[in-house]
Formats: sequence, structure tokens, C-alpha cells
Amino acid sequence: MDNLLWIFVSALLVNNFVLTYFLGLCPFLGVSNSLETSARLGLATTFVMLVTAVCAWLLNTYILVHAPYLRLISFIVVIASTVQFIEMLIKKLSPALFRAMGIFLPLITTNCAILGLAIFATNRGYGFWEGIVYALGAGIGFTLALVLLAGLREESELSDVPALIKGTAMNLIIAGILSMAFMGFAGLFSST
Amino acid sequence: MKENLSREEFLKGIWRDNPVFAQVLGMCPMLAVTNSAINAVAMGMATFFVLVGSSFLVSTFRHLIPKQVRISCFIIIIATFVTIADYTLLALVPKVHKELGAFIPLIVANCLILGRQEAFASRYPTKLAVMDALGMASGFLLALFSLGAVREILGDGALFGFNLFGANFEPWVIMILPPGGFLTLGVILLFFNWFKTKKDEFLEDVAAAQRSEG
Amino acid sequence: MNAPAATANPSSLRLVLTLAIAGLLSGIAIIGIYETTLPTITANKARELREAVLKVLPGVTQMQALVHRDGELVVVAEPAKDEPVIYGGHDAQGEFVGYAVPAAGPGFQDTIALLYGYRPGDREVVGMEILESRETPGLGDKIYKDADFVAEFSALRVDPEIVAVKKGTKTGPNQVDAITGATISAKAVVRIINEAHTEWSERLPAPGSEPMLEAPDSPVDEGAQ
Repeated sequence: MDNLLWIFVSALLVNNFVLTYFLGLCPFLGVSNSLETSARLGLATTFVMLVTAVCAWLLNTYILVHAPYLRLISFIVVIASTVQFIEMLIKKLSPALFRAMGIFLPLITTNCAILGLAIFATNRGYGFWEGIVYALGAGIGFTLALVLLAGLREESELSDVPALIKGTAMNLIIAGILSMAFMGFAGLFSST
Repeated sequence: MKENLSREEFLKGIWRDNPVFAQVLGMCPMLAVTNSAINAVAMGMATFFVLVGSSFLVSTFRHLIPKQVRISCFIIIIATFVTIADYTLLALVPKVHKELGAFIPLIVANCLILGRQEAFASRYPTKLAVMDALGMASGFLLALFSLGAVREILGDGALFGFNLFGANFEPWVIMILPPGGFLTLGVILLFFNWFKTKKDEFLEDVAAAQRSEG
Repeated sequence: MNAPAATANPSSLRLVLTLAIAGLLSGIAIIGIYETTLPTITANKARELREAVLKVLPGVTQMQALVHRDGELVVVAEPAKDEPVIYGGHDAQGEFVGYAVPAAGPGFQDTIALLYGYRPGDREVVGMEILESRETPGLGDKIYKDADFVAEFSALRVDPEIVAVKKGTKTGPNQVDAITGATISAKAVVRIINEAHTEWSERLPAPGSEPMLEAPDSPVDEGAQ
């Protein structure tokens, strides 16, 4: 139980995918201009991550033990088909959300956070439940970082920022400061 | 004429359309592995190999790949090259491979590579595609190296592991930690924007001067 | 086979065929590179492990993998997946020296994985090597960069348990001087070793009845080279 909690908090805060591993930066910088879109994309990503964790575990347990070299290819194929499926689902259920996410939905496939999750979980030898908890932590952590940045960006729209610094440069510097704040979470589990 | 064209494709990737500074692509590996110059260069070389190799293949077989399955084919090709790069690095330089860790397989997810296949290699002849890939990959390598070098010099007082400043230098540790990656790239982008604005202003001034003369 | 062919609607057979051929070629390429590099990779890993074991157990020249099965420690050539394994170290004469125990646990930033050498006869830790960590550069990474700290683990009593104390206040043989500015990382290392020791100590046989060295390296060979 302790172990699961450590995995969850580690993925959520201490080793936040976006702010310490730099995974999923494309949507982080691209979509984070509105709070609502960020939250929805974050949830979609979390969901894809959960599915990915299950797929990765199945692949690892039943196929990749015999053929470790197929790891990358099989992960990608599975993730790509999962995302395709979710894309169709969202298109059907909520056309507005589909429009809001624009080109970033297909890009979840090439979102390194998803593939990163599968690879990290494998490298650390996580079992089924550990993988699920890890995916949950990573997904919520991703959403958290996305929403935090979106909130800050919405605020900064209202302030008088020099034209030169506007855009990616400023977002990166904001992200840097956020990342510094998240460094404060290190040592949560070993200080006792 | 032909020569100029391919040189043009090569050069644009290095500066004007630099994948990192101008297009802001491929950020994940960009920031994650640039805490030292050597890691940055290793990552840059691996990406270089994957990008040039896949561009060559995609462009050569571009008429044979049906449009409907092109993305899947691109991904299969890219993933194959990445796996080759992964095992080669693991066999030849296990130390570097350990440092880069999971970020080598993640080259697959580098938007830069898939983007170049879709936007360029699948539409143009092999020679142009390879020149384009060489340019983009060199631009990416250059960006990785500059970021890695800045962060290692400030954060560790060294470059490629050689101490530069002696014992009295108090390293700016934050630079090799994650926040340093964001901050350094932010500042570099700022400089890039500033340079571009200045250049545009200068070109406008020249145009205005020409107009008034005419 | 020009541009018009690609824009026309190809049959689904052709789509499937293209993907199948692409997959097949990619599979051949991947298996090729895997088979070519595998010997080097396996050799690298074995050498790395061997170097680490020799480092944490001074005087050892030969090693064998040991696992705990059915209440006793047995020698295995190839441990099963996910089976905890330790290494028995023997000197050039084949005499048992100590165990090298891999252990891991949460550190300041992320999991710390380490290997420590343990001599059951003296009940002492005789060496420690960090295998993997992402501790803060300049502070937490002193757990392997600071030679003084690593040297703390060269003759360390495990009874009643290892304790990390403030730098300079070490009094007993079971105490470790922590690192200024990296107390948490230092304490994490100590805790990881303590936990692994508690876990393994009841599985280890009484001192003197350790598993014998099977398939010893031929000393003649080593002498000849």
C-alpha cells in the first residue's frame, strides 16, 4: 500500500511528467491558452494513459517476454489504435470538444507522455496495479501542470507584456518557475 | 539551379526554420537530455540518424505508399530506425545510454521527425528530402548542443566534463535541474525573437530608403 | 506508379499488404540489429555487475548468483524473472568472503538503486556502490561522488541497525556521518540498506555454511594470463 502511494505521489508531484521529465510539452505549450480546453485535454490524456498502462502490461506479460526487441513497435501500434478509437468516440459524443482540441487529438499518438508512460512503467518493472496507479498519477499530474499553466496564461493576457517576450518564450519561463515550485515536493517520502 | 535548391533546403533547417528555435518542435528530448553537452550531442546524433534515414526511405517509396496508411508506415519506419539506434548505443556506449535512458525510444514521439515526413519527405524527390532532413537534423543538433553547453557551463562549470573555471566557481546547480531547461530555452527563444525583430526592422528601413530614393 | 495512383482509392487489400510488407521489413531489420548487438550488450551488463560486486566486496575475485528457494539459499546460473537475487563472493582460493546484495528504495527525488557488500562473519557492511539515482546534482549526488561518504560503508556494523548521524558526531561502529546539505539522501541510503538487511538476514545460512562455489574460475587460467 505504501508503495502504491509513493508511486502515485511520485508521478503526480515529485516527478511530474511535464515539469521534471519534459514529457508532453507540445500540448503543454500549444493547448494551454484556455483553462477549459486544457482540462479536457488533460482528462483525455489521463484516460489514454490508463488504457496504455493496461495495454503495456498485457504486452509485457504475454508477448514481450519472448521478443523484447519488438517493444517499441508494439507499444506504438497499440497506443495509436487506442487513440484512434478514442478520437472516434469523442467525435461522436461531443463534436464541440472535438473542434476545441483541433489538431492535438491525433497528436496524442505522438505525445511523448503516453509512450513515456509505457516505457517508464516497463523499465521500472511495474506490475498491473502499480502500472494503473502510475498512469493515474502521471495523467493527473499532466492535467495539473496543463491547467496551472493555462490559468497563468489567461491572467497574463490581461497584463501589459512586452510584445517581444509574448508567446513561447514567456510560457517557457513561466513553466520554469512552475517547475522550480514543484522541486519543493522532492523528499516527500524520504524525510521521515 | 538544382544545386542551389538543395543547398537552400539544407540551410533553411539550420537557421531560418530551425526546428527548435523557429518552429518549437521536438521539445521533449530537447529539454530532458540537455543537462550536459555530451548527452545533448548523443541525443542529437541519434535523432540525426533517425531523421535522415526515415526521410530517405519515405521519399524513395513515396509512390508506393497509399495515402490512407501513410502515417502508420511512417511510424513503422521511424520506430525501426529508433530501435536500431537504441541497440547500437546500448552496445557501443552503455554509459551514455544509461544517462539518456528512456529518452532514446522517445525519439519516436519527436514531432519533428513525423512532421518532416508528412510535410516534406512524402512529397519531394529523394535528393531534396535528404537535404531537408540533413538541414533539419543539423539544426536540431545545433540547438541541442547550444542548450546543453549553456546548461553544463553554468550548472556544472564544465564543458564535455572538462572543468572550465577552477575550484572557486560556485556552480549554478538549478541550470542542470529541470527548471534550468525551461529557463534557458525561454531566454534563447527570446534572443531569437529579438534578432528576428531587429532584422525585420532593418529590412523595412532598407526598403523604405529604396522607396524614397526611387 | 505515379502521383495519380496514390490519389485514387486503392483497394483495402493493397493497404493491408503495404502495412504487412512494411512490418515484415521492419521486423527483419530489428531482429537483425538485436541479434548483432546482443552478445556485446550481455557482456557489458555482466562486466558492469561483476565490477560492482568486486568493488563492494574487497578481496573477491569470483562470484555466483544466489536465490532463496524453499527456505534455503541455492546457486543458480540464470535467476528467474522478478526473483530477488544476491551474489556470493569468493576469493581466489574459492573461500567464501561475503554477499553482495542489491537493494532499492525511494530517495529524495526518485528511486535509489544500490549494491552493498556484507560479511556475515563480522556482521559488517564492507562496501556500497550506487547503481542508479537521480538525486540533486551538487547535493544529493554526493552519496556516490563524495569519497568520504562512500568510505563510511567500508566497515560498518549492522547491529542493532545502521544509523546516519550529523556530520562529525559519529561515535559507534554502526554510525555513518551524513552529508551536509544532503541529509535526506544520506539517510535514504542507510534506510535502504537497513531494510534490505532485515529482509535478507533471516534467509542467510549460519556463517560458515554458505553455499560452496560451484564452477569456480580455473585459477590456472588466470595465473597464465
